[in-house]
Amino acid sequence: MPSRLHEWIVTVDHKRLGILYIATALFFFAVAGVLAALMRLQLAYPNATFLPPDVFNRLFTMHGTTMVFLVGMPFFAGLANYLTPLMIGARDMAFPRLNAFGFWIFLFGGILLYMSYVTGEGLAGHGTAPDVGWFAYAPLTERAFSRGTSTDYWILSIILTGIGTTASSINTIATIVSMRCKGMTLAKMPLFAWLMLVVSSMVLFILPPLTAGQIMLLLDRYLGAHFFDTQAGGSAVLWQHFFWLFGHPEVYVLMLPGFACASEIIPVFSRKPMFGRPAMIGATIGIGMLSSGVWAHHMFTVGMTASSNIYFAVASMAVGIPTGIKIFNWLGTMYGGKIRFDTPMLFCVAFLFQFLIAGLTGVMLAVAPFDWQVTDSYFVVAHFHYVLLGGLLFTLFGAIYYWFPKATGKMLSEKLGKWHFWLLVIGFHLTFDTLHFAGTLGMPRRIYTYAPGRGWDTLNLVASIGVIFQAAGVACLVWNIIRSLRKGEPAGNDPWDGWTLEWATSSPPPEYNFAVSPEVRSSRPLWDLKHPEDPDWRYE
Amino acid sequence: MTPTVSLEQTGAIRQSEWVLPDRSRVAVLCLFTTEFTLFSIFVVAYIFYIGKSLSGPTPSQVLELPVWATICLLSSSITVAVAERALKGEQMQRFQLWTGATILLGLEFLRNTAVEWTHLIRDFHLTISTNLFGTTFYSLVGLHASHVVIGLTLLLVTLILGLRGSMRGQSRRFELLAWYWHFVDAVWVAVFTVVYVIGR
Repeated sequence: MPSRLHEWIVTVDHKRLGILYIATALFFFAVAGVLAALMRLQLAYPNATFLPPDVFNRLFTMHGTTMVFLVGMPFFAGLANYLTPLMIGARDMAFPRLNAFGFWIFLFGGILLYMSYVTGEGLAGHGTAPDVGWFAYAPLTERAFSRGTSTDYWILSIILTGIGTTASSINTIATIVSMRCKGMTLAKMPLFAWLMLVVSSMVLFILPPLTAGQIMLLLDRYLGAHFFDTQAGGSAVLWQHFFWLFGHPEVYVLMLPGFACASEIIPVFSRKPMFGRPAMIGATIGIGMLSSGVWAHHMFTVGMTASSNIYFAVASMAVGIPTGIKIFNWLGTMYGGKIRFDTPMLFCVAFLFQFLIAGLTGVMLAVAPFDWQVTDSYFVVAHFHYVLLGGLLFTLFGAIYYWFPKATGKMLSEKLGKWHFWLLVIGFHLTFDTLHFAGTLGMPRRIYTYAPGRGWDTLNLVASIGVIFQAAGVACLVWNIIRSLRKGEPAGNDPWDGWTLEWATSSPPPEYNFAVSPEVRSSRPLWDLKHPEDPDWRYE
Repeated sequence: MTPTVSLEQTGAIRQSEWVLPDRSRVAVLCLFTTEFTLFSIFVVAYIFYIGKSLSGPTPSQVLELPVWATICLLSSSITVAVAERALKGEQMQRFQLWTGATILLGLEFLRNTAVEWTHLIRDFHLTISTNLFGTTFYSLVGLHASHVVIGLTLLLVTLILGLRGSMRGQSRRFELLAWYWHFVDAVWVAVFTVVYVIGR
């Protein structure tokens, strides 16, 4: 056993590192889920005293930070790591040791964040976690208002995980650009790899504003600099610009890996090639570019000029165009297909529906005057949970059911999978549909309790009950994984009759992935192999 | 379950016909992209805060054009290119000589920065906490200087490896280091323009 543990610690194999990333992401997902459940318990009924306000502040800060930096980002890195080399017919990532470096620095960043619960110092004394919110607006984070070290834990852990993400993104780009197997031109590359290429390129541009902001904040806190110090003429709004210059494209960095999974799963389970593949690639690049120019729609209430408001409102709505194209791509793929509703596909179908609604509320929020009304309300909370839970998390769960057989050689139980799916769907809608209404009725986000009789009582209770269903759904997944690892049905190499190269090798794949380097002639190489009488390359 | 498919080589494409970009070059270009963005943010902060300090000293009162330092740093781009060419041609002594020259020019640049900073701190009492000018000046110039330090460390390592005779045949790797050094120089041109020309 110690030697097996040692093997995992010193590994530079992209598949093991991919699994480590995803296992870590699932672990932090469970932790952040517990934090969220505690908050919903406190908010289930008015004037609750289950949690004191200072603890509540720490919970929502840690929940948000964890979900974005320690769940969403490692899921992206893990999927990119595990699948990209397999899909492009390579034996490993371009830089295996850089890969291991990226993972461990990320993990230490995550551990550092949670160390604050033991060693951090804040207003409440020793053992205080960060409590400044996940976007940590200045000047709240300055030394005068955030005493002690808890905010520094937040800053440093985000810088560290950022270094890990940058390393992994550079590695992914180099792998996709330089390691494709013979015949795999960019035009024939799987959509998954295309989307990962776009996301990784985005990371190169969006993480530096965050890192720079954090360095400036550290300089302010420790060397007495004045970047965000309003007393010395510094600008608190500048922090908001830097943060959202990262923060808004970050939503797409989190979301595009979900799109990437859906773009592999939906065609296979519809038994049709991707509808409008070039449009899909174009739309992805369009999203990448547009999303970098819309950041200040998070700042409508700051008091920008009217022309800025108009620009950011219109630009934000424009992102809806490439995103809409994608929805039509997926629907067009399903249209007329022989659809199989296995668990991965169920998650993707729910994703289509939920992500559409998330997009529509997004367009609503892009209307500046509407945003002035509902900003920092539960409407916003419901909106971005629809994006990240209803959109991203559903596709990621779909991806787990789809690729788990490849990674382990064992099938996950369909029955438990369907329990997982339906419990999560019910729980998700109970919680987040109702929160839209609470928000429009004026419930602000981040309050630790509320007075009865404002029309929010029932809505909040229903939202909290939804958590029970969601937790039960996730428990089904955990049990499913444990059960399958112990006595799962053998998967074979190609359980879903897939078309991309990862299904051509054994499950789990050997360390070298492919005994002979593959050679491809179309974007569905396995279709060509299975149907030599009617291969794709004749038509591409 | 569908039967397992096996991948076979059709041999339709010869290996010599399938050439993709070098992975190290791709990675280093990606690194430059992200570093460039990082510097841009500090430059934006610098420009945003020009003239917004609530107290003195101001840039025009205290800053002098670092002409000599700039000449040193920019000419070190030439020396590193000569060293690179020497390594490609396996002229090891020439390589060591010109790498050494690059390091000396880089050190001279850093010495000038140190003299400038000491002058600002001692004679004008300008520190990072004095005003917004101090804050943005020291962080932007300091960020660049830290990159010079990283580059010098790497160059020093290659020089030591060269003296021990292990740099033969490593010209592909040294090329990337030379790229990095050119990048640091190019960033200095931007920093120089913003801090000493526009902001003064």
